[in-house]
Amino acid sequence: MVATEHFDAIIVGAGPAGSAAAYIMAKAGLNVVLIERGEFPGAKNIFGGVIYRKQLEDIIPEFWKEAPLERQVIEQRLWILSDQAGVTIGHRNEAFKEPNNCWTGLRVKFDQWFATKAEQAGSLNIYETVVIDVIREGEKVVGVRTDRDQGDLYANVVVVADGVNSLLGKALGVHREWSPNEVSLAVKEVIAMPKEKIMDRFNLEGNEGVTTEFVGNTMGMAGLGFLYTNQDTLSFGVGVMVSDLKKKRVKPYELLEGVKQHPMLRRLLQGGETKEYAGHLIPEGGFHSIPPLSGDGWMICGDAAQLVNFVHREGTNLAMTSGRFAAEAIIEAHETGDFSRVGLAGYDRRVKESFVHKDLKKYKGLHHFLSDSDPSLTFDKLPKALNEAAYQMLLVDGVPKSDKQKIAMRGVTQAAGGLMNMVKLGAQGWRAMNG
Amino acid sequence: MSSIAEKLYTIRYKVDETSHLIIKDQDVCLHCETKECQDFCPADVYHWMDKESMTSVAFENCIECGTCRIGCPTYNIEWVYPKGGHGITYKFG
Repeated sequence: MVATEHFDAIIVGAGPAGSAAAYIMAKAGLNVVLIERGEFPGAKNIFGGVIYRKQLEDIIPEFWKEAPLERQVIEQRLWILSDQAGVTIGHRNEAFKEPNNCWTGLRVKFDQWFATKAEQAGSLNIYETVVIDVIREGEKVVGVRTDRDQGDLYANVVVVADGVNSLLGKALGVHREWSPNEVSLAVKEVIAMPKEKIMDRFNLEGNEGVTTEFVGNTMGMAGLGFLYTNQDTLSFGVGVMVSDLKKKRVKPYELLEGVKQHPMLRRLLQGGETKEYAGHLIPEGGFHSIPPLSGDGWMICGDAAQLVNFVHREGTNLAMTSGRFAAEAIIEAHETGDFSRVGLAGYDRRVKESFVHKDLKKYKGLHHFLSDSDPSLTFDKLPKALNEAAYQMLLVDGVPKSDKQKIAMRGVTQAAGGLMNMVKLGAQGWRAMNG
Repeated sequence: MSSIAEKLYTIRYKVDETSHLIIKDQDVCLHCETKECQDFCPADVYHWMDKESMTSVAFENCIECGTCRIGCPTYNIEWVYPKGGHGITYKFG
């Protein structure tokens, strides 16, 4: 361990936020160290599986020529499920290919590639090392304490990118513990399936891929499921709010197995072999849970800062962008030599002017909307009523269409607790989605 | 339908000798009415043992998600990361 060396920056966590920050600073000639607690970058990391082009392209142009990606996503589906049925919407478009909008991916491969890019740019990467605390001089953060012997490291600035469980963020006093309604628990399986079978089942050519998100059928808990196509595996999972999980006393893996039995999913998954089970928290507190982003000698990025847009399943790209902004602000501070709160405020300004802040702000009411409204209504009764309405409308049984329409409407309104409640719910939902 | 044992079998672990999950006070568990850690943990780490009047912690199974730290109604679980390089290592992620 290089205990006495002083770095320009220490980055904690070799996920997308940390590697982005390390890569950009190293490329600019700064002396940086990237510390990761896993055996290798990505060893502890999972995500649903979508990597967007734009935000990584801003860091590494034409990265797709070398990055380990799975399939280019040309179709995105949203399924609203009851236990035996589904109303499906979606969009498939060749235009998603040129330029490519997003790819599916797997974190172990992707994170290793990204951290190696930082290393090649000059970052000193240290793995199998836990950062247990920050070192302060007065108010200012001046380094980190690791679980290695003589493992103290010093730097002008510490970038905290240690993920949703950010123990370092808490050591720093930046944020309190998340409450159970600010995080959801996602459990996931990577399911192996022959490439040809995936391509047939999802109607794909070459390297094309499909993502499917599904709402409903989560035992009345607020949550979302996903099924993404990789090269020769599928990423399948479901995430629900921890607060709901606590109330319902459901075992997460039993929920996952239950969802697998849905006829629309079962048919897509059958014959596959589970290669890996995984679980991870997703920060879903939204805009109001974002802590202060920087201070004297420190910054916080990515999941550790609750920068996740759960409405659009975007997190990795917000992480990478926040890491980039942190790096750019540190490069500026490096020129002036000011690493105080004021000197590092360029990070906050960049985040605020970007889509990261704007998108999270747009949905700032959604967290409260979901906490206040009954999840069994939004995630169970309404999806069921919608499916029943679709069934009634499509079933030809001699009942006149006008009667069917009335029955369908009545079913949906009843599920919502009456017409007034439905209108109210719609209005509240609209406001929550539109800042 | 695959069991949790089968699911956990797909994961590679490098298990540390000492637990990174500590029940702060078993007496608190004794008086806990819900004992919901037995349910919400995605890796079945926690089991209430009636005979011994204590919560057992199978930390070897832990997938380091952090749910127990946040979900325990009395915050009775001290949750830290396993020693560097130890604990779960995903193959796909």
